[in-house]
Amino acid sequence: MRPSPPGIEKDAWLRLTRRARLDRGWATISLYAGIAIVAFIAALSAAAPFLGLRDPTATDLMNALQPPSLAFPFGTDDLGRDIFARVVYAGRVDLVFGIVVTYVSLVIGLSIGAISGYFGGLVDTVIMRIVDLVISFPFIILILTIAAIVGPGLTGAYIGVIAVSWALYARLTRGEMLAIRRREFILNAETLGYSAPRVVFVHALPNLLRANLVFSMSDIVLNILTLAALSYLGLGVAPPTPEWGEMIAQGQKNLFNAWWISTLPGLVIVLVGIGFSLIGDGLADRLDESGR
Amino acid sequence: MQTASSPTPLLAARDLSVGLVNRHGAFLATNRVSLAVDRGQSLGLLGESGCGKSITLRALLGLVPHPGEIVGGSVTWKGRDWRSLSKSEIRRIRGKDIAMIFQDPASCLNPVFTIGDQVTETLRLKLALKAKAARELARDLLDQVGIPAPEERLRLYPHQLSGGMRQRVMIAMAIATEPDLLLADEPTTALDVTIQDQILTLLARLKERNRMAMILVSHDVGVVAQNCDFIAVMYAGHIVEWGPTHDVLRTPRHPYTRGLLAAIPRLEVSGGRHPLQTIAGAPPTPGELPEGCPFRLRCPSARPECATIPVTLDRKPPDHGSACPIVM
Amino acid sequence: MTETPLLSVTSLHKTFGGRASLARLLQGKPARRLTALDDVSLTLGRNEVLGIVGESGSGKSTIARCITRLEKPDQGEITFAGEDVWQARGAKLRGIRKDLQMIYQDPYGALNPRMSIGRAIAEPALVHGLIGRDGARALACELLDRVGLPRSVAELTPRALSGGQRQRVAIARALALKPRVIIADEAVSALDASVQAQILNLFGELMRDLSLSMIFISHQLSVIAHLADRVAVMYLGRIVETGATADVFARPRHPYTAALLKAHPHLEARRSQTPALAGEIPSAYAIPEGCRFNTRCRYAETRCRLSDPPAAAFAQGHEAWCHVLPDLENSANS
Repeated sequence: MRPSPPGIEKDAWLRLTRRARLDRGWATISLYAGIAIVAFIAALSAAAPFLGLRDPTATDLMNALQPPSLAFPFGTDDLGRDIFARVVYAGRVDLVFGIVVTYVSLVIGLSIGAISGYFGGLVDTVIMRIVDLVISFPFIILILTIAAIVGPGLTGAYIGVIAVSWALYARLTRGEMLAIRRREFILNAETLGYSAPRVVFVHALPNLLRANLVFSMSDIVLNILTLAALSYLGLGVAPPTPEWGEMIAQGQKNLFNAWWISTLPGLVIVLVGIGFSLIGDGLADRLDESGR
Repeated sequence: MQTASSPTPLLAARDLSVGLVNRHGAFLATNRVSLAVDRGQSLGLLGESGCGKSITLRALLGLVPHPGEIVGGSVTWKGRDWRSLSKSEIRRIRGKDIAMIFQDPASCLNPVFTIGDQVTETLRLKLALKAKAARELARDLLDQVGIPAPEERLRLYPHQLSGGMRQRVMIAMAIATEPDLLLADEPTTALDVTIQDQILTLLARLKERNRMAMILVSHDVGVVAQNCDFIAVMYAGHIVEWGPTHDVLRTPRHPYTRGLLAAIPRLEVSGGRHPLQTIAGAPPTPGELPEGCPFRLRCPSARPECATIPVTLDRKPPDHGSACPIVM
Repeated sequence: MTETPLLSVTSLHKTFGGRASLARLLQGKPARRLTALDDVSLTLGRNEVLGIVGESGSGKSTIARCITRLEKPDQGEITFAGEDVWQARGAKLRGIRKDLQMIYQDPYGALNPRMSIGRAIAEPALVHGLIGRDGARALACELLDRVGLPRSVAELTPRALSGGQRQRVAIARALALKPRVIIADEAVSALDASVQAQILNLFGELMRDLSLSMIFISHQLSVIAHLADRVAVMYLGRIVETGATADVFARPRHPYTAALLKAHPHLEARRSQTPALAGEIPSAYAIPEGCRFNTRCRYAETRCRLSDPPAAAFAQGHEAWCHVLPDLENSANS
């Protein structure tokens, strides 16, 4: 702590430094807390087969509908399956889905949006109309169509969600590109006669990443929730493979006599959501380049 | 400046310190700044970016943005401490007795309302006028600040006016209540040279006519030199030199002021691109000041004892004072 | 200027299309067009600094953008060392791009925030094949020395630098290609006075040591007075007066130049009671007929509203485009 400078009211200065520390500390705390939460759940899921958990798909009607206890930390469902084991195994499906779908969409959207914003004109008009179309198209109908073609299951969910969510990144990137295109370092690269791909991908793209990365953190959660919703509708993961959304759906019929079946997987989703948005907050601050 | 004729100045700050917060922590944006203005006087706060001149102006009105705050000293208005005034008194003084104009008039006007709507709204709030009277006064004020065809201009939206015209509108709104004090924060920095000249001439005329006091914040020595009776030179949150404009420009005393004046290219053509005298280094980042005199790391006359001396003016205003005890 | 100039701009025209509003379309009127440059000609000699001064809307930055191929002129010719800048292709174009380097106003926008200083400086030379990968480091160090920055700066990103330091980096980057002409667009306008002097001195040194030529665009008369050998004063897309800087500033012939000089905030003189120039700069969408300065000119006569003024030539290439050519020395104090 810096001492209060001479001629300054000590209390006021103390108040100010405390406020400054809190302001500064929050971004770091947020980032690491988020990473800790996500890493913990991811590590647990990744290590699931080695943790000596019960088989997540094994039914045990003797122990059906057991409330949380030492033997079954999250209780059991109506088929007697261990919910904790199912939640942990489900992470393998859900986290991978969230991350893969989000970053594949990000890469596609980033490239398309950057091209659209940089070249403008007809290219821009065409791409942005496609983006509008994709965003306004009824999502469930799209998924149903895809499911009809490739059959219900995880593949359909992957294709369907990527087919839609790249458009958001394209729109975001295009806006950023329009702003950065006027910056003088881009003009300079152009006057030097650099090729368009060089200007777009070497000079502009790294500066468009921040907004996209920050947005991707909340998008991962949205995509996990989408998978949950799809599974709930029977379009995502097929039983008995554990998946958070599917578990919540299964628990619905016993909601009043066995609350834990739906609620505990739901809480895990909430926790993952909090984890990623904390990372997003921290990243936004970390990656801020406006340090004038 | 406490002149003999008026023992209580209109507005005075004593040892005013403002603390702000940036990503590196808390720092003092202004450090024990003392200044005063009287009726009909103009004071120029001169300094480079980040020296604390704008925040000083805000602090005079008690408007320090959160999470910053005033951490020391006091501001008095007609002899009364801000802290002893009630909320409603402060509101009345801010709305009526003290007016402020800013660098960017575009951001001070709401783009979705006409000029007339905004000027009359201000008049109705501040002067409790009826709609018709407010409209008439608005037209009159626009006329006073040199806007041609004021009746038509009142019907326009801000984007339909040029930057100079928008600044005139802001001035019209500011002088509506015939304030005792006008605070102007870089009012012409965004304008072209000939328009800047027009606006400064207008401000000088209004000041004469209304016996208004004015504090003008600027980075431009020429602007301050031409428009102010007194100059306060700020460096890194401190006032390092203070005095009547003429004296400060003719016989600058602080090494920073001397360096600044020598570094400015003059219009009177020197030719041949002979080197300008420069001040080494760059203005310090707020919050990363050396101990003692804030200028000592760039100062050509610095001595070891500069690390320990307090930064205080050696003569009391209105005399020409310098915060450097080394260079006489 | 008896020798052939290094760079010459002849009868340059440039307009920008305003967006056609629905109302105008329905009325059958064409979209409004903004006139940025209207018949502008100028030359730049070897080892010369040409200053271009003017207020907003004068078109001074558009000239720079046309020369550096950022904007294609509607009409007119730009030749550099005998080559037409807009016709050149292939190796010749690469040569022109290498030889004409631009420095911008905003030291915060000029550098890629995600690129290290060393890489930013060496990259142009790498892309143009002047050096190999292994030469980048040495080149960056050499140029950092040249612009007065410590070599350790090469590892940093622009964020760690002050405005003046960033402008030095931008200059170093421009020098990396060993250009023959530097075009500086308000290159010191965003800098604090004490730092501005350092950069002006750096430009002076570069002019002396590297036999460069420079077009220096600024709205600050004092900066032009300090740096430029010749000056062109622009108003609404036209040059209204040109000549040796010392000559033009000491004896302005055009009323606009005289007003600019009077409006400049001098340190010594106290403000006069009346502004140097009344009225607003007209919109570049609706340029006045005749002499474009006539709406603000106190000497304007009928002919000024009717026809473009011809060039009036004075000693040593000093020219002014004014019908009246009033005696400004005696009226300057009125």
